[in-house]
Amino acid sequence: MELVTPSIGLVFWTSIAFILLLLLLRKFAWKPILGAIHEREQSIDEALNKAELAKQEMARLTSQNQDLMQQARAERDEILKEAKTLKDGILNEAKKQAQVEGAKLIEKAKIEIENQKKAALAEVKDQVSSLSLEIAERVLRTQLDDKAKQETLVANLLKDVELN
Amino acid sequence: MDCNRVFVSKVKRLTIVFTLLIAFLSIKIDTFAQVDSAVVPVDSVVAGSAEAVSGEHGPAKHGEEKFEPTKLIMEHIADSHMWHLWGHTSLPLPVILYTANGLEVFSSGNFHHGEHDYNGKYNNYRLEEDHVKVVGADGKVDEEASKSVLDFSITKNVAAMFVAIFVILVIFISVAASYRKRVGKAPKGLQSFMEPIIVFVRDDIAKPNIGHKYAKFMPYLLTTFFFILFNNLFGLIPIFPGGANVTGNIALTFVMALGTLIIVNINGNKYYWKHIFKPDVPFWLYPIMIPVELIGIISKPFALMVRLFANITAGHIIVLSLISLIFIFETLAIAPVSVAFVLFMDVLELLVAFLQAFIFTLLTALFIGMAVEEHH
Repeated sequence: MELVTPSIGLVFWTSIAFILLLLLLRKFAWKPILGAIHEREQSIDEALNKAELAKQEMARLTSQNQDLMQQARAERDEILKEAKTLKDGILNEAKKQAQVEGAKLIEKAKIEIENQKKAALAEVKDQVSSLSLEIAERVLRTQLDDKAKQETLVANLLKDVELN
Repeated sequence: MDCNRVFVSKVKRLTIVFTLLIAFLSIKIDTFAQVDSAVVPVDSVVAGSAEAVSGEHGPAKHGEEKFEPTKLIMEHIADSHMWHLWGHTSLPLPVILYTANGLEVFSSGNFHHGEHDYNGKYNNYRLEEDHVKVVGADGKVDEEASKSVLDFSITKNVAAMFVAIFVILVIFISVAASYRKRVGKAPKGLQSFMEPIIVFVRDDIAKPNIGHKYAKFMPYLLTTFFFILFNNLFGLIPIFPGGANVTGNIALTFVMALGTLIIVNINGNKYYWKHIFKPDVPFWLYPIMIPVELIGIISKPFALMVRLFANITAGHIIVLSLISLIFIFETLAIAPVSVAFVLFMDVLELLVAFLQAFIFTLLTALFIGMAVEEHH
């Protein structure tokens, strides 16, 4: 029976000791410990959330970058294409112009040649006429000496003229 | 052929075992007879037969003592005014008595293990059955006067409890300090050992049972848990500063249960009281229901008190009984068996130490949760 009869002394000391323990631990242990654990849990939660956000942001940035890259690539292709067409255009233009210019020069040269030819012909004609006159003069002189000889001479001269 | 050999070997083994058993019993049969005769007076001693004890004490001291397991076990389970250290050496503890005339404080060493009376300021005292009794003028114990003297002594249990409390304070204040020192960092050392337990009490005991109002009750739950746990663990240490049966003492479990009773009923809200005084039953059942509910208020902490007390005391009794086997049989041969069983029991008690602390805290949290529950 003694085993199950609470003794007053132990009840008294246990009450005092337990209440003191409760108060001391509450003030010096449980409050800081639970507070620190709670704070750390919150900070971990926060960090996790932040990491998740950062991941999303990262993914967003990556996709944005890719878009930008693609855009840039397309733009570059566009520019290259443009440059090529421009170049081709310029080349063609230049070619055409050169052709035109060349043709013009050729034309001019032809006209010049024609003019020169004409001038040369005119000169030849002048010389021929003066030569003919000279020949005629000589023929007339020889005619005055010898009839037969005059005739052959004329004939020869005429032969010459025909060669021209 | 094969079967036959197995059968033969089994029969041989059985024969050997049986022979050993017979031999063992025939040798020790006189020991049993002794034990049987020894147990009878022990029971009367425990019941409080004063003359028997005072008569026995003198000659039993130095001679070959008759081994009385019940007495030994009860002595170890019960409280004491001395803290046994080794052999005949004990640590005397202060005796504090509240008498009608005033306080009396003296060392229990003055009793010389109950061999001498102590002449106090107001009365003469004698240590009997580890209880301080008043000695009358005729030299005999005055039971009437003894009852009026209240014993507030620092007994073995009180001292062991103080040791446990000191250890708890040192551990948790240092843990709290390391939380302050290492703000926002990962726990380390003792801190990381205690944190899971604290978090366990919070997340697996308080939160599911109490709900969102758990924070208010955390200090009480944590203190209860660690107080019971440390006292249980110290009780498992067989030598100083353990060895006291603190949580296996009904006075301590009574105080713990009383704490739960007070906490639960102070925080009981209107639903809790409505459930007791206006339960949802036909009104003609009230004469039955209300007393039942009122008994329920008491019976819940009462169950807590008895559960903790019985579990720890039972564990101590079993361990001591197993050890006593060696002395009952008076042979070393039984020692390995005893030690093996004690080892097993100690491991089991280690589990029980945690389990009982957990159950006490869990049920306290459950009762608090029932008292503060909002809706029905």
